[in-house]
Amino acid sequence: MVEIRWHSRAGQGAVTGAKGLGDVVSTTGKQVQAFALYGSAKRGAAMQAYNRIDDEQIINHEKFMLPDFVLVIDPALAFTDNITDNDKSTTKYIVTTHLSKDELVAQIPALQDKKDRVFVLDCMQISLDTIGRAVPNAPMLGAFVKISGMFELDYFLDRMKKVLSKFPQKIIDSNMQAITRAYNEVK
Amino acid sequence: MAEKIDLQEIEVWDGNYAAAQAMRQAQIDVVAAYPITPSTPIVEGYANFMADGYIDGEFVMVESEHAAMSGCVGAAAAGGRVATATSSQGFALMVEVLYQASGMRLPIVLNVANRALAAPLNVRGDHSDMYLGRDSGWVQIDAFNAQEVYDMNLCAFRVGEHHDIRLPVMVHQDGFVTSHTAQNVRPLSDDDAYKFIGEYKPMDELLDFSRPVTHGAQTEEDWHFEHKARQHKALMDARPVIESVFAEFEKVSGRKYKRVESYMIEDAEVIIVALGSTVESARLAAQQLRDEEGIKAGVVGPRVIRPFPFDAIRDALENCKAIGAMDRSCPGGALGMLFNEVSAAVYTTAKRPLVTNYIYGLGGRDLAIVDIKAIFRELKANADAGKITTQIQQFIGLRGPKLAFFETREGK
Repeated sequence: MVEIRWHSRAGQGAVTGAKGLGDVVSTTGKQVQAFALYGSAKRGAAMQAYNRIDDEQIINHEKFMLPDFVLVIDPALAFTDNITDNDKSTTKYIVTTHLSKDELVAQIPALQDKKDRVFVLDCMQISLDTIGRAVPNAPMLGAFVKISGMFELDYFLDRMKKVLSKFPQKIIDSNMQAITRAYNEVK
Repeated sequence: MAEKIDLQEIEVWDGNYAAAQAMRQAQIDVVAAYPITPSTPIVEGYANFMADGYIDGEFVMVESEHAAMSGCVGAAAAGGRVATATSSQGFALMVEVLYQASGMRLPIVLNVANRALAAPLNVRGDHSDMYLGRDSGWVQIDAFNAQEVYDMNLCAFRVGEHHDIRLPVMVHQDGFVTSHTAQNVRPLSDDDAYKFIGEYKPMDELLDFSRPVTHGAQTEEDWHFEHKARQHKALMDARPVIESVFAEFEKVSGRKYKRVESYMIEDAEVIIVALGSTVESARLAAQQLRDEEGIKAGVVGPRVIRPFPFDAIRDALENCKAIGAMDRSCPGGALGMLFNEVSAAVYTTAKRPLVTNYIYGLGGRDLAIVDIKAIFRELKANADAGKITTQIQQFIGLRGPKLAFFETREGK
């Protein structure tokens, strides 16, 4: 079982990202679960989304999890959310930030003994450059593909195109660019 | 003619979208709806299918849930295949008309994404609305995950529209935990799904002008009792029909359903009885306890809540020693519904296993696997002692001091 927790603001696409990841994972023959804690949350409110991935049917419906990956798609939430909540000694963090990894970790005490498991990229800038709007979910998926090693990039891009097939070609292309750039830039 | 959708073998759908897809495949004549969280995406998804040309029927936007169910009653009495969706306060506003629908013997399918009832206002999942409907004369079917929401929708039309039954059917799913959680779903093709559900053959429809009938007539002490007794008999007699529909569904889908779903009960000493997604989480907890602590734990989940499976639940439970009945609705000054109904069923067995009541998860409070394991351990202590060692009704996952009621009198 792989468990993933997304830290996001309502409207930034964490739910879409989690479901998109679920769509792609299901094509590999694995079972997935994608859900979120929101409801009457207003746009901009801090929220969390979750994925579970397993070989067996997933029958665990608790919200509680010990995440293997924590994906932070809003730069400020790395500072204001408790992103290390219920973590494990192996939990990997991917944080969107304009800071370098050293600068980021220096400012967040909770990450200081986990530095080798922290990865950074600027999802906001990447999505502004490629998609033209601040939608950090697509770049985060690219970074996740790289850090998790769960898929080959080409396989993921190919499947993601199918997930996005209802959208105009221009949007599909810009999302592919965002994912690819994030894959190459995360470190 | 509506366009078809070429579905993939495995889709990743949440419970709401699974319901909307099944409703699309059923080729419904009329949906009258007033959306409410967390069932909104069912109606939204259905309306999208209609706007995109995938549905031939009518979609009626109304001014309230009372009007939504009233529209459904009118359309069903006229002779149409009819469905809608709601939750919580919307369900509560429908209640008056729910009794009209069942009393008039109209096979309407109502998707309920279960949610708490105000006050205090709360949009998250518990079973308050499901419990509110349990005397309404509807068939109530419970789905534990998104796949089952899809499957039970297809079965619901078959059950309700069966000419021996002719009763409305609710398909329940847990708000958010099922309705908004995407999981792998294996749908049938549009053709196979419709072939399974079949063309709707109405009875005593108002629009058959060659044979005029009255719907919704007044009966006082002369005939009311006979009408209600026939209605109750139809509901009780739905049990074998539901079983035959499930058997036919297995032939087309490979997925087997029963009126009461049982897991690892053959040798179980302790069994949790629950509804909704909790059934699945409890299966995980039971498996872990068997592996880690050797506790012979099992799980029983009523797939059909009404007609209450008094017979099947007794068969499932009579050989265990201790039962935890888990109710996700504030019992309002009584023991929980599942506790009462399960206790009544096992009271008529020779061994009379011990039954205790757990109230949990109100307003969406998380139920963790560790919580369920703790319940199983208490049940094990009851089984070993041969009597109830805790108070009979306990609230779990509650902040503040422990809340529990009633001691056993066994051994006094």
